[in-house]
Amino acid sequence: MAEADIAAALRKFLPEDCVLSREEERRPYECDALTAFRQLPGLVVLPHTEQQLLEVLLTCSRLGVPVVARGAGTGLSGGSTPHAQGVLLSCARLNRILEIDPHARIARLEPGVPNLRVSEAAAEHGLYYAPDPSSQVACSIGGNVAENSGGVHCLKYGLTVHNVLGVRGYTMEGDLLELGGRAPDGPGLDLLALTIGSEGLLMIVTEVTVKLIPRPPCAQLVMASFADVHSAGTAVAAVIATGIIPAALEMMDRQATAAVEPFARAGYDLTAAAILLVESDGTPEEVADQVREIVHVLRTAGASTLRVSGSEAERLRWWSGRKNAFPAAGRLSPDYYCMDGTIPRRHVGEVLQAIERMETRYALRCMNVFHAGDGNLHPVILFDANDHDSWERAERFGAEILELCVQLGGTITGEHGVGVEKLNSMCVQFSPAERAAFAAVKEAFDPAGLLNPGKVIPTLARCAEYGRMRVHHGALPHADLPRF
Amino acid sequence: MAATADAVLAELRERVSAAHRTRQGLRLRGSGTKDFYGESLTGEVLELRTHQGIVDYEPSELVITARCGTPLSEIEAALAAHGQFLAFEPPAFGADPSIGGVIAAGLSGPRRVYAGAARDFVLGTRLLSGDGEMLRFGGQVMKNVAGFDVSRLLCGSLGILGIITEVSLKVLPRPRAEETLRLELPAAAAVESFNRWSALGVPISGGAWWQGSAWVRLSGAPPAVRSARERIGGEALDAASAQAWWAALRHCQLPLFDSRVIWRLSVPGAAPPLTLPGEPLIDWGGALRWYADPPDDVDVRTLACAAGGTALCWRGPAPAGRFHPLPPALARLHRRLKERFDPHGIFNPGRLLAGV
Repeated sequence: MAEADIAAALRKFLPEDCVLSREEERRPYECDALTAFRQLPGLVVLPHTEQQLLEVLLTCSRLGVPVVARGAGTGLSGGSTPHAQGVLLSCARLNRILEIDPHARIARLEPGVPNLRVSEAAAEHGLYYAPDPSSQVACSIGGNVAENSGGVHCLKYGLTVHNVLGVRGYTMEGDLLELGGRAPDGPGLDLLALTIGSEGLLMIVTEVTVKLIPRPPCAQLVMASFADVHSAGTAVAAVIATGIIPAALEMMDRQATAAVEPFARAGYDLTAAAILLVESDGTPEEVADQVREIVHVLRTAGASTLRVSGSEAERLRWWSGRKNAFPAAGRLSPDYYCMDGTIPRRHVGEVLQAIERMETRYALRCMNVFHAGDGNLHPVILFDANDHDSWERAERFGAEILELCVQLGGTITGEHGVGVEKLNSMCVQFSPAERAAFAAVKEAFDPAGLLNPGKVIPTLARCAEYGRMRVHHGALPHADLPRF
Repeated sequence: MAATADAVLAELRERVSAAHRTRQGLRLRGSGTKDFYGESLTGEVLELRTHQGIVDYEPSELVITARCGTPLSEIEAALAAHGQFLAFEPPAFGADPSIGGVIAAGLSGPRRVYAGAARDFVLGTRLLSGDGEMLRFGGQVMKNVAGFDVSRLLCGSLGILGIITEVSLKVLPRPRAEETLRLELPAAAAVESFNRWSALGVPISGGAWWQGSAWVRLSGAPPAVRSARERIGGEALDAASAQAWWAALRHCQLPLFDSRVIWRLSVPGAAPPLTLPGEPLIDWGGALRWYADPPDDVDVRTLACAAGGTALCWRGPAPAGRFHPLPPALARLHRRLKERFDPHGIFNPGRLLAGV
C-alpha cells in the first residue's frame, strides 16, 4: 500500500501534527543510536494519547502495514530501525507521569517519560527508580521495558524486569493487555516477564508501573588499580565470594582509562592494566563497614593502589570517566562499535586477552569497559565508517567476541538487545528449534507479524547463509552486498 | 553420573515422543507435594524425580544449576555450606519438593516483595518440548536479553508448556545480620507501618500480621539492622523462635492452614483492610492476605478485585476454577502459546487454565 494512502487513512482521525510524511521530517527517525543501520521510514506517527495510538494500531492492522515503535531512539542494537513501507510509531508525546504514590512506592508512567525524570519526580519523597542505563537522561521508560535495560547498579538493584510491576498496552490486533500490576503474582502465565525485553515485537506499551525505592543516604566509591587484567578479574570474584553485593562493580582497561582521562580528568591511574570501581551505598555506618571490607579484599587480591572517595564531588568525578567512556571513544575515532556480551565472571581475564589478540588480527583498536559485577562486557571497537573495509572488520571483530561469549557459557547481549545488529549472532547462540520457539511466541502475540518485523529472530535462510560465511573464515564473499 | 542423567533424559524424551504420537496427556510430577495446586490433575503420571543432581555451582558466580528432580533440601544445603541461599524462600508443603516443581509452580515465601519472586531469580532453563526437542533459554549469567525471556515465562507455568529439565538460579549471600521484632498492632496499622518503614529505607525482609501481632524481619548489614531495631521497637525474638515463625509462615504451617476453605488474595501492598469478614493472615508487608472459611454468601473474588487484586482458592470447593479468571484477551494468548509450544496438548492439560 502506498504511503500516501496510509497517511490519508491515519489523518482521518489524527490531528495534522501527528503524521509526518515529508522526507525531511522523516529523516531524523532513520536510525537509533546504532547509526550504522539506517532506513527511512514510510511514515512517522506521533500520537498524543493512548486512544490515538490504539487507533493507529487498528488502522495499520486492517491495512496490513508494519509498525515499529520508538521511544527516545537511544537504543544500541537497531531495535527501532524503521521499516521502509511501515509506520514508525513514536511514543515521545506520551510522556506524562500519571501518578506517584510515595506510600506504596510506585510510579505510573506513560512510555515516553525519560528514565531520569522518574527519579527526579520521586526525589521529594526520598525515593528513586533504580535502573540507570548510561543514557538515562534521554532514554524512555517504554524503551527500557522493550530492552530490559540495565545500568551500572543492577548487580544490587536488578534490571528493568525486577523493577517494573506492571504494564498496560495493546497487541497489534488492538487487544488491551494489562500484565502484572500493583498486586504481585497474578493468575496465569507470567506474560509481564515475557514482554519485558521483547524489543517491541509483542505489544505496544502505553503505561508502565514501576517500583520506587528509598535513595540510600550515603555512597562511597573505591578505586583499585591492577597490574594485569587477570588479577583484576580474580579480585571481582573475591569481592562477591566474601558475601558482599556492592552497589556497582565496574572495570575499565588501560585503553579505556587512557581514552577518557584527557577530557574527563577523573584521576585514573593510567599505569594500571585495569582499574576497578566498587561502590557501596546505605547508611553511613553500613558504608563505612563495607568499604573497609572491600578495601581489604581488593588489597589481598593484589591491588597495586587503592583509593576511597573522600567526598561526593570526588565520587562523581570518578564515575564521570566511566560514564563518558563512549563519548571518549568518539573523540579517539570517527566511529565506534560497542559490543554487549555477557560471560560468567570467572572468564573475564581470558576474554580480555582474546580481545587483545583480535585487535591485531582485525587491525582495529578496542577499549573495554565492563560491568564486572554481572559479567557484562562492553568492548568498544574503534573504526572509520567512511572506510567500508574498516566497518566490515569491526563487524566481524564484534561477531567473534560474541561467539567467544557464547562458547564460554555467556550470551551475545546483556542489555542492549538483539535488534537487527545481532541477528547473525542469534544463529550462533540458539538452535533452529529454539529460534522456532521464539517465532512461536511472536505468532501468539502478533499472528500477522506486523509489529517490528525482521528484528530479534533470524530466519532459517539467514542463519544458513551466515553458517556458510563462517565456514569460509576471514574474507566474506560478496563484501559489497548490503547485509542488513 | 552424567551418563545416568543422560539415560534418564533419553527415557523422558522417549516418553514424551510416545505421548506426542498417541496424544496421551502427561501429568508431570516431581515430588508430588503440590498435587493440590492447580485446576485439574489429568494424564498419565510422568515421574521427573529421577532426573536429579546439581550440575554446576560456583559460589562466586552467584549461580546454581540443577536438574529438575533435585530435592530443594539438597540445593539449600549446598548453598548454606557457602553462606548463600535462595532469596525467594520457596514454600515446601510436607515432603521435600523438587526444584523443577518449585519453579514450575513459581511460588515465593515471605521475602517475595523485598528480595524478589521466584521468577526474578530464574536465569536459565532447559525445556523438553512437546515434539521431544531439548531447548535452552537464558543461561547462567545475570544479564541476558538474547531472545524472549522464555525462562521466566516457564516459572509459574505449571508445566503446561513443556518439561523444565534443568534450571539455573541466581543465589544471594545470606544477610550478615537478621533480627525479628514482634509488635502488638491492629492489622491496618501493621500494613501502614510496613509500607512506611519500607519507604524510609528500613531493611525489612519480612512483614507479617496475625492475631493482633505484627512480625517484622530485618536483614542486612549489622549497623543497619541495629538502627532499624531501635527505630521500630517492639519485642525482639530469639533466633530459634524467629526461625520457627518465618518457617511456619513460609511453608503454610500455621493453624489457619488446617481450615476447610482457604483463600489466598494478592492485593496492592498498601491496600487498606478488605471488607471480607474474619481476620486474615497477612504476609508480604500487606500484599498477600490469607482468609479461612469465609461465609458461603461472600464473593471473595469480587472483593479482591475491588481492592485491586486477585483471589486464588487455595483449598475447598472452587467456584469457577481455583485461579482467578483471566480477561478474554489474556486467555486467548494463553491458548495460542499452549498450541504452539505443545500442539497436541500433552503436558499437564488443564492444570493452569481449563482447556489449556
